[in-house]
Amino acid sequence: MMPKAAILFGAAGAALAFVAAGPRAPSAGAANSAAVQIDNFHYSPPMLVVSPGTTVTWKNDDDSPHSVREKDGKFKSSALDTDDTFSETFTAPGEYEYFCSIHPYMTGKVIVKTAGS
Amino acid sequence: MADRDENERLGAAPVNRRGLLKCMAWAGSGVLWTVSGGVPRSLGLLGEAAAAEPQASGFTFLQISDSHVGFDKPANPNALGTFQEAIAKINAMPTPPAFIIHTGDITHLSKDKEFDDADQAMKALKQKIYVIPGEHDVADADNGKTYLDRYGKGTKGKGWYSFDYGGAHFIALINVFNFEPGFKSAGLAKLGDDQLEWMEKDVKGLSASTPIIVLAHLPLWTVYQEWGWGTEDAPRALGYLKRFGSVTVLNGHIHQVQQKVEGNVSFHTARSTAFPQPAPGSAPAPGPMKVPAEQLHSMLGVRTVNYVRGKSPLAVVETPLGA
Repeated sequence: MMPKAAILFGAAGAALAFVAAGPRAPSAGAANSAAVQIDNFHYSPPMLVVSPGTTVTWKNDDDSPHSVREKDGKFKSSALDTDDTFSETFTAPGEYEYFCSIHPYMTGKVIVKTAGS
Repeated sequence: MADRDENERLGAAPVNRRGLLKCMAWAGSGVLWTVSGGVPRSLGLLGEAAAAEPQASGFTFLQISDSHVGFDKPANPNALGTFQEAIAKINAMPTPPAFIIHTGDITHLSKDKEFDDADQAMKALKQKIYVIPGEHDVADADNGKTYLDRYGKGTKGKGWYSFDYGGAHFIALINVFNFEPGFKSAGLAKLGDDQLEWMEKDVKGLSASTPIIVLAHLPLWTVYQEWGWGTEDAPRALGYLKRFGSVTVLNGHIHQVQQKVEGNVSFHTARSTAFPQPAPGSAPAPGPMKVPAEQLHSMLGVRTVNYVRGKSPLAVVETPLGA
């Protein structure tokens, strides 16, 4: 079951934000969150580096609907209307390239790695 | 090569089954286009003399596109309303078209409610409506299941199909399922191998004088690569159509009229019934274009195509909703 557009919305939004490494268990209320804003047909930041266990939330601030789809289908949102959000928690280190299935030239990347590694 | 000989022969002599696509006598200010011998030519505004031309033997059909039912942003706070308006205009035509085609983006977000509203609106049509999806219709998390459950019956693969009407062959292609994500490419649409193989077989037995009309949501030529307005493997599809004397490609997606002629193929994109989009490259992004409310209807529209056997020009007529 894919996560639906979530209500939770993380506050961290800086480009290349490193989020403090936390415990692996996805404990409720963990501070490990990061955000990607979708605006004017761009993911911002286009590349996000987070530590394992981080929940990344995409929020569509654009007039047009967009989606978030990992290139191999590891995660995907439905169409996000203006102000809709979608969250994904990343446990496994790696690089996750994603695109908008409605405007496939829009791409972004999440890099999951332990801080300092 | 036999195909080339066939083309030369067709080019040298009048093709007696070319379609005449001409204007309809039902609205005011669309531009009438005729394509004669592969060259498009404007005949003037709809509502002028051409509108009075009698309907010869043959038929008309009508294209609507990009209705985005569910869209409610400032560019058009009521996309369902303008869709219903377009349908009312069609129903008021003095010479009703034989059938309607919808070239995709029926809904804005692929939601059930949006499809329900669109279906309800389309029920008011007196004719059969042939639909294909746009990328907005297959944006559910299940990759288009919502669309295919409703409209996929009797179609091949992921919704493609063909049909014959009045001597012309219509091919409804789907290019919203196989996008090439733009990591290393332009992020153009794709038809995909399965569909292309089906299409090759579909046209195989047809005589080269059969007029071909191809429907697809995204343009089958690259209108603007930077915004992904094109179909990467369209050349292969068009390759299968090279031997035909008359090929007309009708697309949607870009919410504005663009046309191009290449050899025997004429390409046309249609207006939206919901909101306009900027001309290629004229804005930072291809989002909905907000225009003053009084201008909106002049930038939306429907398209009528009149096909008459035995005449040579081809024309496609755009009619703004506000006309």
